[in-house]
Amino acid sequence: MFKILEKRVFSPIIKELVVDAPKVAKSCKAGQFIILRIQEEGERIPLTIADYDREKGTITIVFQEVGKSTTQLGQMEVGDYLKDFVGPLGEPSHIEKFDGTVVVVGGGVGIAPVHPIARDLKEAGNHVIGIIGSRSGDLLFWEDKMRAACSELLVTTDDGSYVRKGFVTDVMKEIIEAKGKENIPMVLAIGPQPMMRAVCNLTKDYGIKTIVSLNATMVDGTGMCGCCRVSIAGSTKFVCVDGPEFDGHDVDWLELGRRGGIFRDKEQQAMEHHECKCGSGCGGAK
Amino acid sequence: MTDAKKPKKEIKPVKNPMPAQDPLVRAKNFNEVATGYTMETVIDEAKRCLQCKKEPCRQGCPVEVDIPAFIGLVAEGNFAGAISKIKEKNALPAVCGRVCPQEAQCEKYCTLGKKHDSVGIGRIERFCADWELSTGVKVPEVAPPTGKRVAIVGSGPGGLTCAADLAKLGHQVTMFEALHVAGGVLMYGIPEFRLPKAVVQAEVDNLRKIGVQIEVNSVVGKFTTVDALMEEEGFDAVYIGTGAGLPYFMNIPGENACGVYSANEFLTRTNLMKAYQFPDYDTPIKLGKKVAVLGGGNVAMDSARTALRLGAEESWIVYRRSHEELPARKEEAEHAEEEGVKFALLTSPTEIIQNEDGWVTGMKCLKYELGEPDDSGRRRPVPIEGSEFLMDIDTVVVAIGQGPNPLVPRTTKGLELTKRGNIVADEKAATSKPGVYAGGDVVTGAATVILAMGAGRTAANSIHEYLSSK
Repeated sequence: MFKILEKRVFSPIIKELVVDAPKVAKSCKAGQFIILRIQEEGERIPLTIADYDREKGTITIVFQEVGKSTTQLGQMEVGDYLKDFVGPLGEPSHIEKFDGTVVVVGGGVGIAPVHPIARDLKEAGNHVIGIIGSRSGDLLFWEDKMRAACSELLVTTDDGSYVRKGFVTDVMKEIIEAKGKENIPMVLAIGPQPMMRAVCNLTKDYGIKTIVSLNATMVDGTGMCGCCRVSIAGSTKFVCVDGPEFDGHDVDWLELGRRGGIFRDKEQQAMEHHECKCGSGCGGAK
Repeated sequence: MTDAKKPKKEIKPVKNPMPAQDPLVRAKNFNEVATGYTMETVIDEAKRCLQCKKEPCRQGCPVEVDIPAFIGLVAEGNFAGAISKIKEKNALPAVCGRVCPQEAQCEKYCTLGKKHDSVGIGRIERFCADWELSTGVKVPEVAPPTGKRVAIVGSGPGGLTCAADLAKLGHQVTMFEALHVAGGVLMYGIPEFRLPKAVVQAEVDNLRKIGVQIEVNSVVGKFTTVDALMEEEGFDAVYIGTGAGLPYFMNIPGENACGVYSANEFLTRTNLMKAYQFPDYDTPIKLGKKVAVLGGGNVAMDSARTALRLGAEESWIVYRRSHEELPARKEEAEHAEEEGVKFALLTSPTEIIQNEDGWVTGMKCLKYELGEPDDSGRRRPVPIEGSEFLMDIDTVVVAIGQGPNPLVPRTTKGLELTKRGNIVADEKAATSKPGVYAGGDVVTGAATVILAMGAGRTAANSIHEYLSSK
């Protein structure tokens, strides 16, 4: 059992939990993920590690409530226990001192997993420009943590309700134009698929290498089931053991999007089943 | 029979049939197919044993159970004695009594089997194990602590056997399991209707009772390595039994379409995650009306039978050789057929067809004929030119085999591997790395539960010898 030690609510649907998981905290690296299970009947939920504290033995996760399981996770409070918590899984981010400016992009809840990678890139001696964006200002979180992790931080919102109006790609384009594409050896982008895809489309035009972290449907997370398979430059890879990070220009986004939707109607059914048990109009509460 | 002086015993020529759920009823539920002998039948079956002097059945058992002895005790109605006798050699009798291919092992060599049906050894073993589980398990004696610590990586049948043997010898055993429950393929792979998970759980609990520590949610190769276990955590020896946890695919177009599963995914969702109880359990599974399972082994049979139980209208085994070459146990293929699984034999797919949304809508196949025998001695399937046809299916389960999961082999320094990534181990289960032993599917490639158990037993003996000489 894994105790929830801290909880922060960033918006009605975006929440942070700090979980007591010393075994994971001891060995995890930026870019890796964990799989958790809330209870005996629960499914295995993969989430990228947003932060860790080796001394305290804790792992921080940030998630958006999109279905029954994440909604239920959002209902959990400090002092509650998760049934299972396993990791670190997947390959760590590739960290090195690049020649030039590294740009990291976090969209929506994707800001969280970008954070430890940005921090490591900066610690490796890189000049790291961070771009974070969300639909609106009230959904934005960790601006302070990202400001500390990056050398420079730029913020944007789709609706212009905070700092400026525009997509992360708009900001990205301005940076590339200002710095010159030859001075940006690497871009890392994590966020919703359409956002990562848009970043890749932009950087492809400039010929800038772009790493993305994919969030695929998984079961075991150790390469055993192949549920998370994705086509990378024409060959099949498993996100759980070969990834989760890949060269975004090699990803078959159409296939990834389709495979991500395999259980969509089942997810709806699970949500309805969950709500109908409650009967208090709580919208998915316990 | 060879002893002419003995009064001639009346031998029933036919094995007592295993009571089972009606095929058409069971094809719609996940309850165990074979319901087990009664006390009367088991004694009757045990009395069929000739208690012959040569005991050929024993050579057929990979874990060397004293078969005539336990059957003799059953014939006397001494079930407690019988199960103790079995457990001297077999840590998982309730599992083996259900899933061992007895027809290719103990029962194959049974003297009675030369003229009549062989004795139903597996069925008798199962009865004894179930009898013990229902009356209360006797905890076996454990030797005084040796002070030596052994890490077992993977809690499948090989790891469980190795752990049980070493714990009984007084070593302190910690078993690391990647998933959230122990049991490996017994939990995620073999379906509930063949091996109830409560049975596996009971066998695992028995290990805890003799002091085996089980750490679930622990992926060796990720949170730690085999090297770290020995150098930093103070383990004196390690057994690697990580199994065949890497699904093979056909490498044909369309294999990443929505509605294509590996057998591992299909079975793990259903068995381990209990998708058949969705939405009471959260993990979903989605299948259409017509399911094609590629392959002809036990895993393929399990998948095809599972598909029926999940509500498929048609469930097909698609296999490129003929019925005779099916690698599955005869009993499993028969059970599948009785339940309504259909067989597309001498058939192999060339492409999975998908619609504009990426969902499977059919499968292009070729018909095959059998040619000359290949290296395996089986007649080689040869495609028939111009035989291409479209199979009308909407779900595909790929069950053509599994390779060794690379997480542990790749992260262990100085471990010799084969080209396919299997760990190289000698007949005593020793690897190229001192103190590290390996066995089961990660060494041999995908095989059976009992062979993994045999390897676990061998490794336990070697580890005991190694630790005693240290």
